[in-house]
Amino acid sequence: MKTLRITFPYMGNYVHAFRGLLEDLGYEVVMPVKPSKRTLDLGVKYAPEFSCLPYKIVLGTYLETLPKGVDRIVTSGGVGPCRAGLYASLHEKILKKLGYQFEMIVLEPPLVDLKGFYKTVQHLNYKNYSLWYIYKTIKRNWRKIKALDTVEQKALFLRPRELTKGSVSARYKEVLQYIINAYSEKEIAEAEYEALKELEKVPVDLNRLVVKVGMVGEIYVLLEPSSNFEIEETIGHLGAEVKRSMFLTGWTRDNTMPGKSEDLLSVKDAAKPYLPELIGGHGQDSIGNAILYIKQGFDGLIQLAPFTCIPEIVARTILTRISQENNFPILTFFLDEQTGKAGMETRLEAFIDLLKRKKLHKLEKAEKGGKLNGTLSWN
Amino acid sequence: MELYLGIDVGSVSTNLVLIDEDNNVYESLYLRTKGQPIQVIKEGMQLLKEKYEDKVTIKGVGTTGSGRYLAGVIVGADIIKNEITAHAIATTTFVPEVQTIIEIGGQDSKIIIIRDGVVTDFAMNTVCAAGTGSFLDQQASRLNIPIEKFGDLALKSTVSVRIAGRCTVFAESDMIHKQQLGYKIEDIINGLCEALVRNYLNNVGKNKEILPPIVFQGGVAANRGIREAFARALGQDIIVPKHFNVMGAIGAAILAREATNGQKTNFKGFMVADFNYETRSFECNHCPNHCEIAEISEEGKVIGRWGGRCPRWEVI
Repeated sequence: MKTLRITFPYMGNYVHAFRGLLEDLGYEVVMPVKPSKRTLDLGVKYAPEFSCLPYKIVLGTYLETLPKGVDRIVTSGGVGPCRAGLYASLHEKILKKLGYQFEMIVLEPPLVDLKGFYKTVQHLNYKNYSLWYIYKTIKRNWRKIKALDTVEQKALFLRPRELTKGSVSARYKEVLQYIINAYSEKEIAEAEYEALKELEKVPVDLNRLVVKVGMVGEIYVLLEPSSNFEIEETIGHLGAEVKRSMFLTGWTRDNTMPGKSEDLLSVKDAAKPYLPELIGGHGQDSIGNAILYIKQGFDGLIQLAPFTCIPEIVARTILTRISQENNFPILTFFLDEQTGKAGMETRLEAFIDLLKRKKLHKLEKAEKGGKLNGTLSWN
Repeated sequence: MELYLGIDVGSVSTNLVLIDEDNNVYESLYLRTKGQPIQVIKEGMQLLKEKYEDKVTIKGVGTTGSGRYLAGVIVGADIIKNEITAHAIATTTFVPEVQTIIEIGGQDSKIIIIRDGVVTDFAMNTVCAAGTGSFLDQQASRLNIPIEKFGDLALKSTVSVRIAGRCTVFAESDMIHKQQLGYKIEDIINGLCEALVRNYLNNVGKNKEILPPIVFQGGVAANRGIREAFARALGQDIIVPKHFNVMGAIGAAILAREATNGQKTNFKGFMVADFNYETRSFECNHCPNHCEIAEISEEGKVIGRWGGRCPRWEVI
């Protein structure tokens, strides 16, 4: 049987795990390239004007990859009123109209239609591997995703504490390769260990007083740095620790603030008093996570949303209330191809300044002239 | 005498101030940027040089505004800060009890909420409410009224004329329409002031708790018509500080004092006014992002680069 060539949308580091999974299923993977200005330009050219940024970037990614020869595209579907659920079909129509021949395979969330999900997986499994083999493959690559997440979170923690600006990012880029190159679960675990160990060697000041910023919003603009001007790196370099609400491995508990951990509510429960309904996309998650961050003593919150994204617009209006009721600073960015980096950086810097001054003020008040434990860096 | 220099390079104006340890403003220059920030920074430095070169020691320099990085590398700044922080720092210094700052400049307008002397919230214009200062400038010149007198004219108005304020493009065509219908110019200008205030409060000030004392600053604060319109719309007195149009620069100078904290300054000296600066830009073709990199050289030596999405060009 001919080996099929497959591709998928680019999303953060996870592409490396997707690649492993599909290669194990017997595909020749055509790796999507990391989205760039060219990717976005292509997407904007062929996408409907008012579709969202993730839609445009993903379309651009396909347009960059398809000329290399692709038999299948595998992507995710969606539930609820968010239009992302329709995007795969719309992408397919636009691409086919442009003359590309391929098959679009959409993985809908398994809980919605278990039978349908199984059928899709079996279809993807065109070489008829056993279920046991597929299970092992998924398990192995899930382990890889977990390792990627762990190492990324370490970098987010270390970046605002680094002594030389940029040193964490540089080292992170290198150690990520350990995990990308690992295959078996044992190798992945070892790579993760080594990567963390190496990252910890970067000189940092752990006593530095760092403000903590939660980040919520739509999944793609949260997870794909090229869609948000590498916002996490920027925030880290401004001297703030970012805690992203969304990782593919699920919600992680905050272990960095001992004494504050109460039994955490689920994101859904936390959102309930404000938004009891699922409104599609990640609107409810944005609300729920905001509440959880407040409970965990974070200093502020950033919401990232694609321009015209209805779930996030709904969340935005509720976040205004949450911000006022809890005296909790929240900054929202609506992103699209018109977004300028300069304006975003100015607002981010001002926001982090605000959080730092506020925290210092609070600490000074609490210690009433006592010496502060650690200092906030201004730059 | 030992002083601190603050420079605010904005879209319409470039301001330089000198302050002492106790925040007394020794000098303040308000210059037009005219799209040539480097030229105007040199011009400002030249003016300061002539007056102060042998008389003062500069102990720290701070820059702010949209041209802050450019100004920063030219003069050798100790701190380069965004305009929101700079404005908040300056205002709380002069009006310690301030709770709301309305700041309208040439391109940007912002609101800064302060409680107990600390910034608790801010907003900057997003999709619209931009360019208020520039728009007023343009309308003044179209109507052939000096910008200094433009706002005063609004105070003579007796009738309220409603001008569409959603967008300055609509505002202009609405103004022209009302002129063609024979409305009095002072009523139209008053209507325009009210429209701009409405636009600001609905876009920038939306959802913000605007509590007194309210301080209004930035170039547009010179406009009495806008000042009065704000007072009417908010039902509050509006405080315009003495140095309302150079507050950003003052904030930068104060931040420079904090940043140097007795240490040696990076300030290159007033002679930067005599240096030659050249700029060039190019497209980096290393990856498909094709970043546009801008580069500035001083006397043939590269001193700064901007525009990359990666650190490739940052190291000089």
